[in-house]
Amino acid sequence: MRNEKLAIKIDDLTVAYDYKPVLWDIDLKIPEGVLMAIVGPNGAGKSTLIKAILGIIKPIAGSVKIFGKPYKAQRAKVAYVPQKGTVDWDFPTTALDVVMMGTYGSLGWIKRPGQAQRKSALEALEKVGMLAFKNRQISQLSGGQQQRIFLARALVQNASIYFMDEPFQGVDATTERAIIKILKELRDAGKTLIVVHHDLQTVPEYFNWVTFLNVKRIASGPVKDIFNDDNLTKTYGINYKVAINP
Amino acid sequence: MSNAQIEIQLIAALAAMACAIPGVFLVLRKMAMISDAISHSILPGLVVGFFITQDLNSPWLILLAAVTGVLTVVLVEFIQKTRLVKEDTAIGLVFPALFSVGVILIAQNANDVHLDIDAVLLGELAFAPFDRLLVGDIDLGPKSLWVIGCILFMSLSLLILFFKELKMSTFDKGLATSLGFSPLLIHYGLMSVSSVTIVGAFDAVGAVLVVALIIAPAATAYLLTNSLKKMLILSLLFGVFSALVGYWLAHWLDASIAGSMTSVLGILFLLVFMFAPRQGVISAIFKEKQQRKEVSLLIFLLHLQNHEDPLERHINHLQEHINWHRIQAKTVVDLAKKNNLIEIENQVINLSDKGLQFTEEALKYITTNKPTAIEDLKNKFFLFRG
Ligand SMILES: Nc1ncnc2c1ncn2[C@@H]1O[C@H](COP(=O)(O)OP(=O)(O)OP(=O)(O)O)[C@@H](O)[C@H]1O
Ligand SMILES: [Mg+2]
Repeated sequence: MRNEKLAIKIDDLTVAYDYKPVLWDIDLKIPEGVLMAIVGPNGAGKSTLIKAILGIIKPIAGSVKIFGKPYKAQRAKVAYVPQKGTVDWDFPTTALDVVMMGTYGSLGWIKRPGQAQRKSALEALEKVGMLAFKNRQISQLSGGQQQRIFLARALVQNASIYFMDEPFQGVDATTERAIIKILKELRDAGKTLIVVHHDLQTVPEYFNWVTFLNVKRIASGPVKDIFNDDNLTKTYGINYKVAINP
Repeated sequence: MSNAQIEIQLIAALAAMACAIPGVFLVLRKMAMISDAISHSILPGLVVGFFITQDLNSPWLILLAAVTGVLTVVLVEFIQKTRLVKEDTAIGLVFPALFSVGVILIAQNANDVHLDIDAVLLGELAFAPFDRLLVGDIDLGPKSLWVIGCILFMSLSLLILFFKELKMSTFDKGLATSLGFSPLLIHYGLMSVSSVTIVGAFDAVGAVLVVALIIAPAATAYLLTNSLKKMLILSLLFGVFSALVGYWLAHWLDASIAGSMTSVLGILFLLVFMFAPRQGVISAIFKEKQQRKEVSLLIFLLHLQNHEDPLERHINHLQEHINWHRIQAKTVVDLAKKNNLIEIENQVINLSDKGLQFTEEALKYITTNKPTAIEDLKNKFFLFRG
């Protein structure tokens, strides 16, 4: 193992829904500054893993450390884009307003957002190509556009670690390129990004770190070392042959 | 206007405003019915409070009743969490139980308690000016005006201070939690304010009107705007409007003030529901009609394009062919003509160049399964919509 600072360290994590374990005894070390894909079949527990790291689900065993401390102490450093936002889509609010909510964490209680927050929200909207929609009510956006709003909201949180649960779901190819460009920029700025990803073909191109997950941790490490047919077969159960460009 | 009349209107207007503020958030959280539960189940709190304080307007009594209100919410949520029943069922289980405890308490102590259940449910605004706040010999105005005024001041201050927190935790609880705010605290804060408001207001205006004042202005405003701030302002305006209009309506009709305020609230909602520009029923019907007409037009144009034979394109033949009523056929032909999509020669209809172009592009979108793109196409080609 290289001598790098760990962004996330997970030991012996087991998570169950109604006493049925969906994640078994996970050990995982994620170094700082990687753009990591979590891959695995539907129901593998990818979303559950993220939720357990963020304390949304209480694990029945194991520990999670973020930069050496529990999540509660590190909340300000973490941003999360859920797989399907559990928000009230009919809420009277605009795209810009939703993105501004990402800045509330840095404001704390009572203090109100001002020009600085508005500016960074507008910048984030610009980055994800949604500036033209800033005054739209959010239910009047398409699925992919909604996804981009939530990405912009995560961007303004200015976190050190970003969790994104299938950010490319329902997003067109052009937007996908634009988003991955933003993610790579964030990584190059030293941020850690953990992305649930389903398109195996694009893993080597997009990511430099990967974790194979299917209830258990199958493998985790640099894409160039471990993204191979062997691990894919172990994870997906069938014989996998993916053409990987070295 | 007499002094009493002004005072009654002031009380009604302030009560409406005090109710509108928590009302907006209850409606957005789809918890409007909890206000009904609270307004009924605070009765035992009121009775017990009355035993202790012997004063219907004591702040302690209000606080005690408000605690009962929050207790109602906790009970409802507890029953709901067992997942054995749905929320509305849980509400239906809790509040009659608490309400009847209150009724029994009153009945058993009928001699000591001057609490009238009718007055609790319907309130009597007309009598509010008679109960005055006296300090020494100085008359400071009706007691309920002070009670409502204080409550309004409190919830307005809390709203301004915690607007951001209320908004975020109502919209996205997950984000609020992960940014270190406590949605649970905000939830119970909102429930406490709702309970205090309901208790304070219903002494003056009665339980039924309180529920109407909480739900109706917010529900009406919700139909009209995309901004939470505007929704709050509209709710406040609607509340005050129905308070004043309701008062004068009652005056002219010689009816109950609370009753006529409730009616005005209902009528206001109905009007907005029918005529709201975006979500209103009328505009929805109008839009659907337009859609139907434009789809017919498209079918009609495709038919023209498909059939070379002039006989097939003769006005009389078309009618039986596409099997439309005379009126429908006429409106469609008129619309096509208005938009210069067709030319008519000797009763035979031909596609114009523009019509041909439109049809071809529309066909392209239909065959590539991109029907949404047709809206843009219509904007490009149509001078007049259906
Ligand atoms: N709230 C829940 N209650 C009970 N079981 C659940 C719940 N959420 C998920 N599960 C189960 O836990 C397992 C893992 O779910 P999870 O959502 O983590 O999968 P995933 O890897 O994210 O899948 P996908 O690729 O479909 O998003 C699945 O078998 C699922 O059925
Ligand atoms: Mg998932």
